[in-house]
Amino acid sequence: MNLHEYQAKELLKRYNVPVQNGIVCTTVEEVAAAYTATSEKTNSKFVVIKAQIHAGGRGKGTYIEVPEQHGVQVVKSLELATTVAVNMLGNTLVTIQTGNQGKKVNRLFVAEDAYYDGPNPTKEFYLSILLDRTTKKYVFMYSTEGGMNIEDVAHNTPEKIFKEWINPGSMLQPFQARKIAFNLGLQGEAFKNCIQFVTNLYKAFVGLDCDMLEINPLFKSSDDKILAVDCKMNLEDNALIRHKDLVDLRDKSEEDPTEVEASDSNLNYVKLDGNVGCMVNGAGLAMATMDMIKLSGGEPANFLDVGGGANATTVEAGFRIILKDPNVKAILINIFGGIVRCDRVAQGVVDAYHAIGEIRVPVIVRLQGTNAEAAKKLIEESGLKVQSAILLSEAAELVNKAVA
Amino acid sequence: MGVLVNKASKVIVQGFTGTEGTFHATQMIEYGTNVVGGVTPGKGGTSHLDKPVFNTVADAVTQVGANVSIIFVPPAFAADAIMEAADAGIQTIICITEGVPVQDMVIAKDYIKDKNCRLVGPNCPGVITTDEAKVGIMPGFIFKKGSIGIVSKSGTLTYEAADQVVKAGLGITTAIGIGGDPIIGTTTKEAVELLMNDPETKGIIMIGEIGGGMEAEAAMWLKDNMRKPVVGFIAGQTAPPGRRMGHAGAIVGGADDTAAAKIKIMRACGIHVSESPADIGKTMAEAMSAL
Repeated sequence: MNLHEYQAKELLKRYNVPVQNGIVCTTVEEVAAAYTATSEKTNSKFVVIKAQIHAGGRGKGTYIEVPEQHGVQVVKSLELATTVAVNMLGNTLVTIQTGNQGKKVNRLFVAEDAYYDGPNPTKEFYLSILLDRTTKKYVFMYSTEGGMNIEDVAHNTPEKIFKEWINPGSMLQPFQARKIAFNLGLQGEAFKNCIQFVTNLYKAFVGLDCDMLEINPLFKSSDDKILAVDCKMNLEDNALIRHKDLVDLRDKSEEDPTEVEASDSNLNYVKLDGNVGCMVNGAGLAMATMDMIKLSGGEPANFLDVGGGANATTVEAGFRIILKDPNVKAILINIFGGIVRCDRVAQGVVDAYHAIGEIRVPVIVRLQGTNAEAAKKLIEESGLKVQSAILLSEAAELVNKAVA
Repeated sequence: MGVLVNKASKVIVQGFTGTEGTFHATQMIEYGTNVVGGVTPGKGGTSHLDKPVFNTVADAVTQVGANVSIIFVPPAFAADAIMEAADAGIQTIICITEGVPVQDMVIAKDYIKDKNCRLVGPNCPGVITTDEAKVGIMPGFIFKKGSIGIVSKSGTLTYEAADQVVKAGLGITTAIGIGGDPIIGTTTKEAVELLMNDPETKGIIMIGEIGGGMEAEAAMWLKDNMRKPVVGFIAGQTAPPGRRMGHAGAIVGGADDTAAAKIKIMRACGIHVSESPADIGKTMAEAMSAL
């Protein structure tokens, strides 16, 4: 589950991880009040306004409606804060991660300026924690090159990326924390603060069951504080069973509305750009079915796993979700019946078809496994405009004809 | 014969008296699997499906000599069940449970690494050795006795492959569902190696999907150890980057995660790759007849 920057920072504070503080706002008036409060608190006219969306690259991103406006901006007056708020709120921000359609900005984070002048130079670093599937351990990945795209750093200067693997079940050891601080070139107070930061950050990662936690930039201020200026946090979906309080942080407005509807019906659905919809039991077979659609001359319009209990209710929900997509020219239902009997699924298809009324596109039903022959007969005798197949290769041919 | 499970396996069910455990234990017993009992903490001393129920896995090992366990406990308790089985000396632990927190699996995988056991799963359909033992949730009737071994990250895609293999005139020795999670007990390479060393298995089907490096690792091993034909299929050629496709581990992060990258390395290592999921059985039959 993805979180917004402001949510992630709130969670980090619970673990005493220093962050660039701020106030989340949804209206221009709130931004104005937050500017004044922040300016007074920090005794500085510099305040940062940051668009809150589930995508990176906000600083360089621009708004469709106001092309000169970026997704992150430093302001130094109440007047400018108000102008920026008007530019940002309710408008659509396009970044390298959003796609051309962009994302609507509903919230702004009005944050303290961390880049104030002081006795020492400031410095930006990169730090993330994630699962290394090869070693089956969590790994700290960090670099002296902060504030930029880490994939570029890894590609151009791989020697500037450091890794530190954590022993399963134990915490980050003090020598590991020291190693990170030394490798980042820190000294004195900043060195001590960095050790505290990474130690607490790992406690947060484990305590919150994160899937991925990225601090970019990790920042050394001019008075040697170490803090998270930005934070990208993904919570591990399976672990949400033990974090009931965190489930509420899900922002459904950031997700595709059809995908939200599907998840509310307990269907695993991912929207794609193609012309052949599909409904399948099992994630692997669902992906394989998408691939087969492509090989048959179509393009998959979605991934949809109806799970082990395909029945009239789930099939009907699946139909309705797929049919919302105007690009869909045909629908392929591919069920391998094992424990679930094919004739029951076939009856579910017939019932769902009747419940919806007329389906405007050809429907191809491939049922294989337990009672497959009975299922085929049931479909063929239903009088519905549904084509039936048993072999996967037969289904592929029917898809090919439907999109030709 | 076959690998991991066979007629000699003495199987216990962890989470025996729950809905899932009861349903699938019944199916396993009907298939002919030697289920010797089950474990449900607090219900030790009672019986269920005419088999003894134990409080601990250790009791089941001591009292009925269990050496294989299948786990149906809810996700929050699955890692604990795995560690309990390993600690009690179970040799083959098969975890069916879907949705186990990744952090729990990181700890469990580390815990069992020095124990004398093999874990299969979690989030898998289990293991079946045709006509000997079904320790899983797969429909047994699809699997007809033969000479092909199957390794797969996906449940229904395993059934699909098995069905095609049978229809192509070949049959199955053992099918191993390794699971679709980011951290699993038995890797693709380990499962392929087991089948490569099984004298009954004459050909191997390896079914993978987007995400992780297990298929590449298996392919690199096969390059030097291919004593039998291996057919491969990778699901998710059309999957968009950055999206999780049903399985927790099925996500394209970097370039190595893509189906195209995996297919390329598999081909380079001598694996017969079937591009379409409809051609897996046909490709295997062709590879066998070319011997």
